[in-house]
Amino acid sequence: MYDFAYEKPTALAAAVASLAGDMDAKALAGGQTFIPVLKQRLNKPTTVVDLAALGLVGITVTADSVTIGAMTTHGEVALSAAVQKAIPALANLASMIGDWQVRHRGTIGGSLANNDPSACYPSAVLALGATIVTDRRSIAADDYFQGMFTTALEQGEIITKVIFPIPQKAAYQKFRNPASRYAMVGVFVAKTAAGVRVAVTGAAQGGVFRHAAFEAALSANFSPDAIAGIATSADDLNSDIHASAEYRAHLIGVMAKRAVAGT
Amino acid sequence: MPQVTLTVNGKSHTVEVEGRTLLVELLREKLGLTGTHVGCDTSQCGACTVHLNGTSVKSCTTLALQADGGVVTTIEGLAAADGTLHPMQEAFREHHALQCGFCTPGMVMSAVDLVNSNPQGLSESDIRHGLEGNLCRCTGYHNIVKAVAAAWPVMHGKETVAAE
Ligand SMILES: Cc1cc2nc3c(=O)[nH]c(=O)nc-3n(C[C@H](O)[C@H](O)[C@H](O)COP(=O)(O)OP(=O)(O)OC[C@H]3O[C@@H](n4cnc5c(N)ncnc54)[C@H](O)[C@@H]3O)c2cc1C
Ligand code: FES
Ligand code: FES
Repeated sequence: MYDFAYEKPTALAAAVASLAGDMDAKALAGGQTFIPVLKQRLNKPTTVVDLAALGLVGITVTADSVTIGAMTTHGEVALSAAVQKAIPALANLASMIGDWQVRHRGTIGGSLANNDPSACYPSAVLALGATIVTDRRSIAADDYFQGMFTTALEQGEIITKVIFPIPQKAAYQKFRNPASRYAMVGVFVAKTAAGVRVAVTGAAQGGVFRHAAFEAALSANFSPDAIAGIATSADDLNSDIHASAEYRAHLIGVMAKRAVAGT
Repeated sequence: MPQVTLTVNGKSHTVEVEGRTLLVELLREKLGLTGTHVGCDTSQCGACTVHLNGTSVKSCTTLALQADGGVVTTIEGLAAADGTLHPMQEAFREHHALQCGFCTPGMVMSAVDLVNSNPQGLSESDIRHGLEGNLCRCTGYHNIVKAVAAAWPVMHGKETVAAE
């Protein structure tokens, strides 16, 4: 690992200023992605700005929304009785990320800023139509994800919290890579007053995406049978040593049916 | 150079580190606490697991500076001052839950956190899933699961370690 200066500001404005003043300064959240990246020398920051002392931790539930601070860990979301009650699928998703050590440090803000094509949270954010709040603006989920490891975030922009509208029902189903525990295919299905939204992670080269054909069929008839006959194209899906694009296309249907059955 | 002040196994230390110094490097190289092992160094195996402020973390994936002001417990901090083993260590010994022993410090630290966090009880499946962040190349896990199940009642004050 190359060496770097380390800062732990106690005010959001100071963190934003540190990141804005230096193109090579980088934010640090739980470090569960960033530290491995630094070890591989894939990134050479001058300064690492630790977001841990900015007070970005916490969960607030109202009648129609769940708001989660960016530095809230996967473990805190998984074990939150309030999240388990309001959006059980979200707590369940968090409980399946990595392992306990990863869940004790990894954060929702870090996961969304990173936008790994196999990460779990992007599917919940996109399917639930959540809003990502940063130091400078609010970004709708539909505008936020812009392809593998790419988001609408500007250089130095800090996610402060994520606001999830509470759906009528939702469920997440993930086919895990048994070694890494990331999603080989993960499908998040949400039934809301405005219709059904289905987001798929782990499968596509461009990262998380909405499945329009499943959404239309499930909005008309919310049952696994409604999507049983709909094939997903393998074009633009990932092929790697773990699974071919065709296998992933098949898994999307299986995981979506299980998710609908599990809501 | 930046300084880190932290409490390790009940003792306060102030140590000079670099920005890039990992918590495991601080523990092993600066404090000489070599009970915490480095297996993979890629955040996968859990051999480096310690407790930071009461919960299990991979110390190879934590910067020393992130632990500033924190409380760390390593495998060296579990046994009593007179050498009496922690109930989890005793259960690992009793149930033959280690062979080469390389994964054991991390496995024990994860298991202690898992049992502490689950006072309502742990099924066999809870134990297997709860230890997903720790890999063992020797035991096949079976005896580790038995040991954790045996340590649970002792740690929650319900009985003492009994031989099978
Ligand atoms: C063994 C292992 C298994 C895993 N399994 C899974 C899994 O099954 N599913 C899954 O989804 N993930 C998995 N992960 C990834 C894990 O969820 C990470 O915690 C997450 O991807 C990154 O979160 P972090 O808080 O650790 O962020 P960091 O690693 O600290 O940061 C990641 C990136 O985001 C930026 N960043 C962080 N916070 C912010 C913010 N608030 N605003 C702006 N930018 C920010 C950083 O600059 C950095 O570029 C796994 C990781 C490991 C090591
Ligand atoms: S050495 Fe830290 S996880 Fe393997
Ligand atoms: S006892 Fe050898 S790796 Fe677990």
